[in-house]
Amino acid sequence: MAEGDGALTAGENARARLAETGVWPGKMTLAFLALLCGGALAGLVIEAADNWRTAFALFDAQTMRIAGFTLWQAALSTLLSVLPGLAVARALSRHPAFPGRGMLLRLFAVPLALPAIVAALGVLALYGRAGFLAEPLSLLTEGRWPGIYGLGGILIAHVFFNLPLAARLFLETLETVPADHWRLASQLGMNGRAQWRLIEWPVARSAMAGVSGLVFMLCVTSFVIVLTLGGGPAATTLEVAIYQALRFDFDPARAVGLTLLQLALTGALVFALARIGGRFFEAGTLSVVSRRFAAPGKGETIANTAVLAMAALFVLGPMAAIVAAGMQADLVRLAGESAVLKAAATSLMLALFAAALSAALSLSLVSARYRLAAARGRYGRALLLERLCDSGAALILVVPPIVIGAGWFVLVRHVGDVFAIAPLMVVCVNSAMAMPFVVRTIRPAHDAAASRHDRLAASLGISGLNRLRLIDWPVLKRPLLAGFAFAMALSLGDLGVIALFGSEQVQTLPYLLLARLGSYRTADAAGLALILGVMTLLLMTFAGRIGDRR
Amino acid sequence: MSGAAIRLKDLRFSYGETDFSFDAQIAAGEIVALMGASGSGKSTLLNLVAGFETPSSGTVSIGGRDVTVLSPHERPVTMVFQENNLFGHLDIGQNVGLGRSPSLRLTATDRERVSKALAQTGLSGKEKRFPAELSGGERQRAALARALVRDQPVLLLDEPFASLGPALRDDMLDLVSELQAKHGMTTIMVSHHPDDARRISGSVLFLEAGCIVAEGATADLLGDNPPAPIKAYLGRTGGE
Repeated sequence: MAEGDGALTAGENARARLAETGVWPGKMTLAFLALLCGGALAGLVIEAADNWRTAFALFDAQTMRIAGFTLWQAALSTLLSVLPGLAVARALSRHPAFPGRGMLLRLFAVPLALPAIVAALGVLALYGRAGFLAEPLSLLTEGRWPGIYGLGGILIAHVFFNLPLAARLFLETLETVPADHWRLASQLGMNGRAQWRLIEWPVARSAMAGVSGLVFMLCVTSFVIVLTLGGGPAATTLEVAIYQALRFDFDPARAVGLTLLQLALTGALVFALARIGGRFFEAGTLSVVSRRFAAPGKGETIANTAVLAMAALFVLGPMAAIVAAGMQADLVRLAGESAVLKAAATSLMLALFAAALSAALSLSLVSARYRLAAARGRYGRALLLERLCDSGAALILVVPPIVIGAGWFVLVRHVGDVFAIAPLMVVCVNSAMAMPFVVRTIRPAHDAAASRHDRLAASLGISGLNRLRLIDWPVLKRPLLAGFAFAMALSLGDLGVIALFGSEQVQTLPYLLLARLGSYRTADAAGLALILGVMTLLLMTFAGRIGDRR
Repeated sequence: MSGAAIRLKDLRFSYGETDFSFDAQIAAGEIVALMGASGSGKSTLLNLVAGFETPSSGTVSIGGRDVTVLSPHERPVTMVFQENNLFGHLDIGQNVGLGRSPSLRLTATDRERVSKALAQTGLSGKEKRFPAELSGGERQRAALARALVRDQPVLLLDEPFASLGPALRDDMLDLVSELQAKHGMTTIMVSHHPDDARRISGSVLFLEAGCIVAEGATADLLGDNPPAPIKAYLGRTGGE
């Protein structure tokens, strides 16, 4: 029995001690996140206080129209992604084994790994005014095909990203139907319609709210797509308007008003999502196909084939266009250009730092959460600190990168050169942005290993650095490396904070790409998109491979 | 409804590393207990009879008709699984009703049959309950009720009572033997417990490594002097 508290058993005491020693890195991470968001909010509040008339007089017709369009395009994107996504998922679940099914699933995983700016370029290269499909599409319109800038382009790009996501999430849900139910269906002789009505739809319906909410949220906070494909003030979302207020109109007060509105919107959405049990960042894992006994008939097979072929073409199109347009660019000249080389070096450097920081922050939170949970025992209630460690990584979903960037932008403006802190801002925000994914990669392995090793390590007196070197590192290196690669890919392709803070001095590849696109050097932009796309895909594939191998 | 004889002739099947080979004859209206260690092929045998697995060679006949190539719902067979027998979003009446119409379009006669089956399984008045509101035993009773309304001459039980406590399991076994006495369906029951087999089955098929290695009357195989493989199995699992 230890000194002081006689009510604790020796075991509980040991657990409590263990918890105290390992929680401080988690506390520092929470402090970092609080500073990141707090600084941004402070910047916004100070600016609003200085200028409150301007900031709040902004709830005018124009702002309301922008907010309205933000919601409208998100609603349409959701509808166009979720319903076809469900059809695709059902077709895939009805045909658990056909040649090419695995490839189709991998194809649907690619958009999740592709930077938004690259996808936007692909959509332009395919459906744009001078795109590969411009000529056939001109047959549909009177005169020349006008291109897809505006709502059409935004919707196509959003569906390109979110249809495969919705399909994968629905497929996962459909695969939770126990194999016994399919056996029952086939023994009872249910036809396709009865199976849909009695088995599949009830299951899909339960996931409908969560999937729709997630897609809606992603489309409300979509920045790059709207920036590159919106094509004008008629199709602008709040995030793009914030960017324009800061970068083009130099109107911080207006940016504050817009930012606060965006913050209220995302806050409300996250709250609603949490209420309906939405899944924030559970991207799909390819699950094992359960054996299906109720085979679809001939007519249904033809319909399903058509659905899958159309979805595959739709997703494949922009990717093929990126490759084709990129190959047309003068890649050799591009690769030798000093601006490109410098941007690539900057991108890699920033991504490396962001990924390392993200991995360290995520590990500290995961480990602190586990220790706090272990210390409290199975029956105690989770304290605030533990809950913060549990959900702190998701903070970035409530406070989008552009909002954090805008807050710091208006804050730093008072004390010095905004563009000088660009690298710091990019590293910090991008590391926070990747945290939900990195936490998900390392947490299962960490918690499983900790529950196996904690007591043994304690009884042998292995602690501190020795423990990290001998016990934790061998188990965690794979998931950590996977999370690192994932965070790096995410940061490499990101065009959020850098759009606000970028300058001649600090350019990343996506920033350079946007600049070339803005100065109508489309071939250069396509070439850069191909290079960037290949880099992130390689990293994502590496992350997937290494994460799967246990 | 009455039972139908089952004949498995040179039935071969392989799954992963294991090869299965079954040859057996089960008389109409008999209750047979299928015993053996995990992985010995008990569920595989049931799945082959029900049509959930396709043999690589050999035939399955039921009531003298070759059913080897028929799909599950075309076979005169009904099966109760270990779990997941009921759809959670349908009430008990609907779950049983599925046995009459797979699209749940029930006629007055169907409804009558459903409530009769529920009465026979001790579930009267629970038509409107949902599976989550029932106990584990009641859920399996509902599955039995559905098996009854399907009017099939062969009933396959894939350890449906494995997760129930001993007293409840005995009740369920008594219910099965009562229903079987009334309707006469040929019944194959997978079980781990020799007591279960002794309680209701007339004969036992004992499997080992994918083959039937002992068969005969329950009283002989599970009596005082069982054959060697069964002795080894009972010894390992504690026997009595």
